[in-house]
Amino acid sequence: MATQHSRSAARLMMAPAVILLLGWMLIPLTMTLWFSFRKFLPLRGGDLGWVGFDNYTRFVSSSSFWPSVQATLLIVGGVLVITVVLGVLLALLLDQPMWGQGVVRILVIAPFFVMPTVSALVWKNMFMDPVNGLLAHLWKAFGAAPIEWLSQASLTSIVIIVSWQWLPFATLILLTAIQSLDSEQLEAAEMDGAPVLKRFWFIILPHLSRAITVVILIQTIFLLSIFAEIFVTTQGSFGTKTLTYLIFQRVLESQNVGLGSAGGVYAIILANIVALFLMRIVGRNLDA
Amino acid sequence: MARAVTQQRKAVNTLVAWAIGVLIFFPILWTILTSFKTEAQAIADPPLFLFFDWTLENYSVVQERSDYMRFLWNSVIIAGCSTLLGIVIAVPAAWSMAFVPSKRTKDILLWMLSTKMLPAVGVLYPIYLLFIQFKLLDTRIGLVLVLMLINLPIIVWMLYTYFKEIPGEILEAARMDGATLRDEILYVLTPMALPGIASTVLLNVILAWNEAFWTLNLTAAKAGPLTAFIASYSSPEGLFYAKLSAASTMAIAPILILGWFSQKQLVRGLTFGAVK
Repeated sequence: MATQHSRSAARLMMAPAVILLLGWMLIPLTMTLWFSFRKFLPLRGGDLGWVGFDNYTRFVSSSSFWPSVQATLLIVGGVLVITVVLGVLLALLLDQPMWGQGVVRILVIAPFFVMPTVSALVWKNMFMDPVNGLLAHLWKAFGAAPIEWLSQASLTSIVIIVSWQWLPFATLILLTAIQSLDSEQLEAAEMDGAPVLKRFWFIILPHLSRAITVVILIQTIFLLSIFAEIFVTTQGSFGTKTLTYLIFQRVLESQNVGLGSAGGVYAIILANIVALFLMRIVGRNLDA
Repeated sequence: MARAVTQQRKAVNTLVAWAIGVLIFFPILWTILTSFKTEAQAIADPPLFLFFDWTLENYSVVQERSDYMRFLWNSVIIAGCSTLLGIVIAVPAAWSMAFVPSKRTKDILLWMLSTKMLPAVGVLYPIYLLFIQFKLLDTRIGLVLVLMLINLPIIVWMLYTYFKEIPGEILEAARMDGATLRDEILYVLTPMALPGIASTVLLNVILAWNEAFWTLNLTAAKAGPLTAFIASYSSPEGLFYAKLSAASTMAIAPILILGWFSQKQLVRGLTFGAVK
């Protein structure tokens, strides 16, 4: 029973948020698009004019482009596989009856609240350092030669650090989803003699499918733009230069703004493809 | 009918879950332990777990040497103000979308969410340029604005889902009893909305506190928050594990505590209602 009056009041109340976000989206986006078509070197001559799609072709034909795509895919893919698989297992475990469930849950969730620079530096120095790191001690205890994690196994190291940060997120969401499962269905299956694996495969996993999709989509969006973890560990060396990091280097370190902006446009398109799928799920849920 | 669970099975669950929980928590525990060691003990071989001379020295060294208080204060101001500003802007918007929905409400909500998906690096230079233009580089006000904008979609969304749960009938009943709009907002809606607003504040303080793209790229010595302070330890000089640990512990402790209160909100706030 909204009146005309309350409708216009509602519009007025929405205006600040809408206008701010519209500005936040349109102004920088337009600027990035504009720069991407220009030769723009702030420290070496400034804006040197229109170059058409030159930056776009140069960005993808540079020797660091494909390695960066590969690094991005390996990091995002690796973290997704680890967090989803371990997340499902961990959520199943935490759903079981046990003593001190609340405390265990707190322990498992804690890494999510650690700021990225702290977790990256703690892992880098206190765990992955080839001389003083705990992992080096562990390797030596078993008689193996310590690994130089961040140079010899750089991608694996980044995947470990980022997975540690995101496992709590996946676990928490999957646990929430498991807890909404109708337990009578499971009991019925158990009484009918369905073995554990079958119960998992035919009842629990289908029930979790949407939560898993949501975890994958949300994490992908965040993982595509991880930055601090690479910034404080390898600075993009040893094959850990992701697309995000490559663009950052082009724009701020070598101050080739035109080229970096073209890369930025690619990154925006990529993120939007993932976002489109996420929006569909979220939108469907809004109607329900 | 509740399933009978044998004590034995419960004991096994407990043992496995605790082992895994401690393993996942271990890096944090190790950091906290190391922060109480001397630098020599911090790199002792074999590593020392509990039996060392506990000392608070690192904490005082970190505070004296690196101006820790200024970074802490920057973090508090930036996380706090960006969240409050976001709430002030988002409450009316979420309110009107929840109580006076129109055909376009859903589209507006989804569009707001989509701005959150914009990769930061794609607009890094424009923001950098605007910051130079408006003299916002390395200022707290600049970071407050940016963090408010990147978290605004999440704030609107969370508030919207909370407000949605307030039954409209209560408002009608209040109106029938002769409540004015002011009474309605002050005595009926606000008490019911407060828990939701509090949860939203909590989650967004956490997100802003830990944000590490804009805080690293847009600040230097003056306005840098704790994320930047910790990043300055990435090029170490000499022995520094114990000091790094002390600094890290101080940087994460407040948020760890806040975070434990916000587990439920985390699911709501970061899945946009897609998982219930």
